[in-house]
Amino acid sequence: MADSSTVPEHHPALRFFRQSASTVVSLIITFLGLLAVTFVIARIVPTDPVMAILGERATAEQIATERTKLGLDDPMWMQFGIYVNDVFHGDLGTSIRTREPVLKEVGHYFPATLELSTLGILIGIVIGVPAGVLSATKPGSLLDQAVRLIGLMGYSMPVFWLGLMGLLLFYGHLGWVGGPGRLDSTYDMMLDFKVPAVTHMILIDTALAGEWDMFRNAIFHIILPASILGYLSMAYISRMTRSFMLNELGQEYITTARVKGMPERRVVWVHAMRNVAVPLITVIALSYASLLEGAVLTETIFAWPGLGRYITDALMINDMPAVLGGTVVVGAVYIGINMVSDFLYRLADPRAR
Amino acid sequence: MTYLPFARKAGAAVLAALLLGSAPAALMAATPADTLVIAAAIDDIVSLDPAEAYEFSGLDVVNNTYDGLVEINPKTLQLEPGLAASWSVADDGVTYTFKMKPGITFSSGNPVTAEAAAWSLQRAVKINKTPAFILNQFGWTKDNVDSMISGKGDTLTIKVDKPFAPTFLYNCLTAGVASIVDAETVKTHDANGDMGNEWLKNNSAGTGAYTLKSFKPNEGIILEMRPGYWRGDAKIKNVFVQHIPEAATERLQLEKGDVDVARSLTPTDVAGLQGNKDVTIQNDVGGQVYYMAFNQKNENYKNAKFLDAMRWAIDYQGMADTIMKGAVIPHQSFLPQGYLGALDDLPYKLDIPKAKELLKESGVKDPVVTISVRNSADRMDVAQSIQNTFGQAGIKVDLKVGEGAEQLKEYRARLHDATLQTWGPDYPDPNTNSSTFAENPNNSDEAKATGYLAWRNAYDPGELTAMSQAAVMERDPDKRKAMYEEIEKKHRETSPFILMFQQARQTGVRSNVKDLYTGGAVDAVAYWLATK
Repeated sequence: MADSSTVPEHHPALRFFRQSASTVVSLIITFLGLLAVTFVIARIVPTDPVMAILGERATAEQIATERTKLGLDDPMWMQFGIYVNDVFHGDLGTSIRTREPVLKEVGHYFPATLELSTLGILIGIVIGVPAGVLSATKPGSLLDQAVRLIGLMGYSMPVFWLGLMGLLLFYGHLGWVGGPGRLDSTYDMMLDFKVPAVTHMILIDTALAGEWDMFRNAIFHIILPASILGYLSMAYISRMTRSFMLNELGQEYITTARVKGMPERRVVWVHAMRNVAVPLITVIALSYASLLEGAVLTETIFAWPGLGRYITDALMINDMPAVLGGTVVVGAVYIGINMVSDFLYRLADPRAR
Repeated sequence: MTYLPFARKAGAAVLAALLLGSAPAALMAATPADTLVIAAAIDDIVSLDPAEAYEFSGLDVVNNTYDGLVEINPKTLQLEPGLAASWSVADDGVTYTFKMKPGITFSSGNPVTAEAAAWSLQRAVKINKTPAFILNQFGWTKDNVDSMISGKGDTLTIKVDKPFAPTFLYNCLTAGVASIVDAETVKTHDANGDMGNEWLKNNSAGTGAYTLKSFKPNEGIILEMRPGYWRGDAKIKNVFVQHIPEAATERLQLEKGDVDVARSLTPTDVAGLQGNKDVTIQNDVGGQVYYMAFNQKNENYKNAKFLDAMRWAIDYQGMADTIMKGAVIPHQSFLPQGYLGALDDLPYKLDIPKAKELLKESGVKDPVVTISVRNSADRMDVAQSIQNTFGQAGIKVDLKVGEGAEQLKEYRARLHDATLQTWGPDYPDPNTNSSTFAENPNNSDEAKATGYLAWRNAYDPGELTAMSQAAVMERDPDKRKAMYEEIEKKHRETSPFILMFQQARQTGVRSNVKDLYTGGAVDAVAYWLATK
C-alpha cells in the first residue's frame, strides 16, 4: 500500500507523464521503422549506386573501389547498423551529385518548404474552419452544399494540374500574382547581396532586412502556391470541422445552452467549438504534415527551392543518398508533428490525460 | 448572424491593403534591360571549376567565364585563336609551341602569361577530376606533366607522347578542362593542396566576358560582365540563369516576358509557342546521337543481310517528325553534325518490301530481337515504333524495359541482346566517337574494355580499329577528314550499330533577344554576343 507521501497511481500528472513517456518510446520505434523502410528501399530499388556515381566511363577498378568505399560489400545487418548509427549522429550521407553532406543541403532547402507549408496551413485553417462550422450550422443549405462541393474538388484534383491551371489563370492571364520562383528576377538577383540569409525563409529574411519592396514581391510570389496548398488542406479541414461540429450540436449541453437563451453565436463558437477543437488539432496536424511532404509537386511547378524539389531533382538523377536523406527528414518531421499534436490533444482534453 | 459581415469587411480591408500596397511590385514583370534572364534546368552542375565541370550547364558557365588557348568561334563553330595568337608543331610531331597574345588580363587584372597557361593545364591533370582524361590522352600524368608543359614569357611549350594529328590536340584544347585560370589568384585559395578546387566551385578566375557573381545550386547563377574583354565587351551587363526544371513553367514565363530565354522546353511546349509573335524558336543541334546496337554474341547479328534488313525497317524521318517532335533530326553516322568528317547524308529510310527481301536473303528464320530500353517516355516511344516497323518486315521484337543505370550495367557486361541508347561525345574531336564506335583492340570477355562501345557489343571492327587509330595520327587535316568519312561509311554498312538520330536543341527566346549562340554540337552557349 502506498504511503501518503508518494503520488498515488492514478494521479493525473503521473498518468500524463507515463503516457507521454510511452508516446516517446513508440515514436523512437516508429523512427527506427522509418529508417528500416528507407534502408530497404535503397537496397531493393533496381539502380546501382556505384553506376549512378561513376557513370558510363567507369573502369572495373574504380567500380570495385567505390563499392568498398560505400560499404556495399559488408553484410546487410552491418550496413543497417552503420546507417542507423550515422543517422543518429546527424550524418545522412553525401549527395552523389554535389558531394555535399545531405544534412547541410536539407538544412538549406527545408526552411523554404516550411514557410510555404505554414502559410498554406494557415490559409487552410482560416478558411476551412469557419466554412466547416457554417455548413454544420445550416446542414443541407446552399452554403453547405457549396462548401462540400468545393471540398470535394480539393480532394480529387491533382495538385500538379491545380498548380499549372492556377499559374495559367492568375499569373498567365490575369497577372494578379507573381510567377514561379520566390521573387521577380530583378529582386532575386539582388537577394543575396541585400538580404542576409538568417532563416532562409524569404518573408522573414526580407522583413528583417527591411527590404519592403522585396517583401511585397515575395508575398505576390508565395500567395498562389500557398493558396493551392491551403486549398488542399482546407478541403480536409472543412469537412472534418463540419462533421465534428454536427456531432457536437446534437449534444444535450448545446440544447441546454440554447434553452438558457444564450446567443447562437456563443453556443456555436464558444461552447461547441471548445470540444470541436480537440479532435481538430489532430486533423490540422496531420494536414500540416502532409503539406510538408506533399509540397513536392507544387514546388516543382512553382520553381520553389524547397525540400520537395530537392528530393524530386535528386530522384531524377538517381541520387539516392539525397532522396533518402530528404525522406528521413520529412518522416522525422511527420513524427514530430504527430508527437506535438498528441501532447496538445492531452492538454486540451482532460479525458485524455 | 452578425459575425459574418464583420469578418467579410475585415477580410476585404486586409486584402485591399495588401493589393494596393503591393501593386507596383507585382507589376514589375518584365526583365531588367541590362540583364539576360534565362530559365533552364541547371541541377546537373557538380562544379564550376573548369578543371572539373563536365555537365552541360556547368560548361555553359565555363565558356563565358574562361577562355582556352584555342577557341571555337560561336558563330562559325570553327577553330580560332584564343589566348594564344599562333601556334606551330615541330617536325618531330610531338613538340608544340604556342605564342601568347599580349595585353590580355584576367578579371583580377593579372596579365595572362605562358606561365599561367602552363600551370592551368598542369593543374587540370594533377587534380584529375572527371574531364582530365581529355588531357591525359596526350600522355600527361601528374608525375610528368610539369616537364611536358612549360611556359616562359610569351611562349608555351607543350610536348605530347605520340605524333598525334595536330587538330586532335587543338580540338581538345577547346574543351572546358583546358581553360586558362588566373594562377596567382587561384594559388592564394589553395585549401589542403586542392589547387583551389573548392574555391573555384563557386568563384571564377578567368579571362572570360563574364565573372561569376553568385552560384546557388538548384537555384540560380548570376554572371556579371567585365569590361575590357579581349573579344569585345559583352553587350548585356548581367546574365541570370534561374533553375526552372518544369518545362511548362518555363514556357509560361517566356510567354509572360518574365524570362528572356527558355532552354529546357519540350517539343510540346515548342509547338504551343508557334505563332506567338513575341517569341522566336532557335533551332540548333546538340552532340548526342541516338543508336541501336546488337550484341554479336548472338550469331544472327553477324549476318550482314540481316543487319541490313533492320536498317531498312526503321522510320527515321517519321519518328523525328512525330513522336520526337523536332527534339532530334535523322542522322546516320557516328560523328554528329558539326564534327570534323561528319557524314550528313541519309542513305537509309523506311522501306518494308526491301527489308523483307533482305531478311529473306539473309536466311535468318523467324527472328526475335530483344531490345533493352530504359523506362523513359521518349525512349519507349522510339522502341515501340521500331517494334512496329520491324514487325511489318517480319522481325519480332520483345521490349525489355528497365531503369537506366541497371541497363547500363547489363550493356557493359555484354548481357543484352539489342539495346536502344544514346552517346554524347566527350570533346570536340572526331576521335571521341570514332575510338569508341569503331575501335576494339581486344574483343575477348577478359579484356573488359567497357570504354569501347564496339567491345560492349562483342563487335570486332577488323580493319576499322587500325584505320581509326591512324586517323588520330594523321597530320594533314584534309586527309584526316577523308579518313573519318571512310570509317563512318564502312562502319554504318558493316557494324552491328544503327545510328538513327542526332539531338536537336530548341531554345525559346523573346523576339527582342538577338545573337544568342547556343554552341551546336561542339561548343557551349556564348552570352557575350547577345543583345536585347
